[in-house]
Amino acid sequence: MIANYGYMDGSGEYYISIDTDKCIECASRACLQVCPSQLFEIMTDDYDDEVAAIKKDGRRSLKYLCAECKPATGRGELPCQAGCPNDAIKHSW
Amino acid sequence: MTQEYWRWKENNWKSADKDWTKAEIVTAGIDVGSVSSQAVILADGELYAYASMRTGSNSPDSALNAITAAMEGTGLTLDKIHYIVGTGYGRVNVPFAHKAITEIACHARGANFMGGNKVRTILDMGGQDCKGIHCDEKGKVLNFLMNDKCAAGTGRGMEVMADLLSVPIAEVGPMSLEVKEDPPPVSSTCVVFAKSEAMSLLKQGWPKNKVLAAYCSAMAHRVVTLLERIGVEKEFFITGGIAKNIGVVSRIEKELGIKAIKSEYDSQIAGALGAALFGKALVEKGGKKK
Repeated sequence: MIANYGYMDGSGEYYISIDTDKCIECASRACLQVCPSQLFEIMTDDYDDEVAAIKKDGRRSLKYLCAECKPATGRGELPCQAGCPNDAIKHSW
Repeated sequence: MTQEYWRWKENNWKSADKDWTKAEIVTAGIDVGSVSSQAVILADGELYAYASMRTGSNSPDSALNAITAAMEGTGLTLDKIHYIVGTGYGRVNVPFAHKAITEIACHARGANFMGGNKVRTILDMGGQDCKGIHCDEKGKVLNFLMNDKCAAGTGRGMEVMADLLSVPIAEVGPMSLEVKEDPPPVSSTCVVFAKSEAMSLLKQGWPKNKVLAAYCSAMAHRVVTLLERIGVEKEFFITGGIAKNIGVVSRIEKELGIKAIKSEYDSQIAGALGAALFGKALVEKGGKKK
C-alpha cells in the first residue's frame, strides 16, 4: 500500500509516500536511523505486516520537521530517500 | 412532532436458508461510523445477518446496539462468535472486538466481496468523509485518498439538505432527476454555504427538485475531483450510504463517463462486511477460535 503523509505550507501541498509493500522484506530498516528528526517507526499494518510509518506525534508537525531537509536549503538528496535500500520512500517536493 | 426528513431507515436482514449452528467459523464485523453503525455476521464466509443502525453519542453502545439487532432472533450470542473485528471511526471503542482494523482496508475487502474481484477503484461515501481507494484483485489497498473532515460531499450534507427542503431522504435522488436539464451546481466547498445558497434559490422561486439537482451535481462534482486526483479505473464501485442515492450516483457516472459496478448487497455494509472477512481470515490463520 502507498501510505501518504502530507502537510500544507505557504508554498503548496506536500506528501511523503511510503510504499509499504517494499518494507515487508526489508531487514535493514535503515529509515529508523537516517532521519535526522527520528520520524520513522515500524508498525504492524492492517494485513499484519511490519512496515515503516511516520510516528503518530510527528504527523502533525511534518511541516517543521521535514523543513530542514527540503532541497530548497541546498542539502542535496533527502536522507530518508537516500537511506532506504528498497526505494520505498518518495517525496512530492 | 414535526417530521424529521433526514431520518433514514434503520434495517436488518437475516438469511432465510442458512444456519449458524452448522457453520464452522462464525465471525462478525462492526463498523461504527460517524452517522451509522453496521454489524455483519458471516457463517463460513457467507453473509448470514446484518443490521444498520444510527450511531448514538456513545460508541460502545452503538456497536452493541448494531450487533444485537443483527443477532436478534437467531439465538446467536456474542460469546459464540469466534472473532469480532471493529472498524470505522469508533473502532477503538468497541469493547467486545478482538481486533480493530482501519475502515479503508475493510471497505476495500468488502467491496471486493460485493462487487467481485474485478473491482479496482472504490469510492466510499460515508456520513462524515469520503475516500477514494485503489485495491488489487484480493481487495488489498494499494493507495487511497481521503477528503478532509468536511460534510460537503458526504451523507451528513445530504441529510442537511433533505431537512431544509422537507424531502424524505430516500426521495432526494429520484426527485433530483425529475429536472430536464441540470441547473448550475451550488457551492461544493462547504455544506453551510451550500445550505444558504439553496435557501436563497428556494426564495427565488426554484422548485425543490431543481434545488436538489443543483446540490446533487455539486456533490458529484466534489467527489469526482477527489477521484481524479487518485485516478479512476473502469472497474469502479461505490460504497456507503450515498451509493443509494441515484441522483448523485448517476451524476458521478456521467461526469466520469463510466458506470459503477452494481451489487445485490446493501452498499452501507461494505465496511462491516470487510471487517468480518478479515476476522474469518484471522481465524483461519490460527487466531482466536473458541
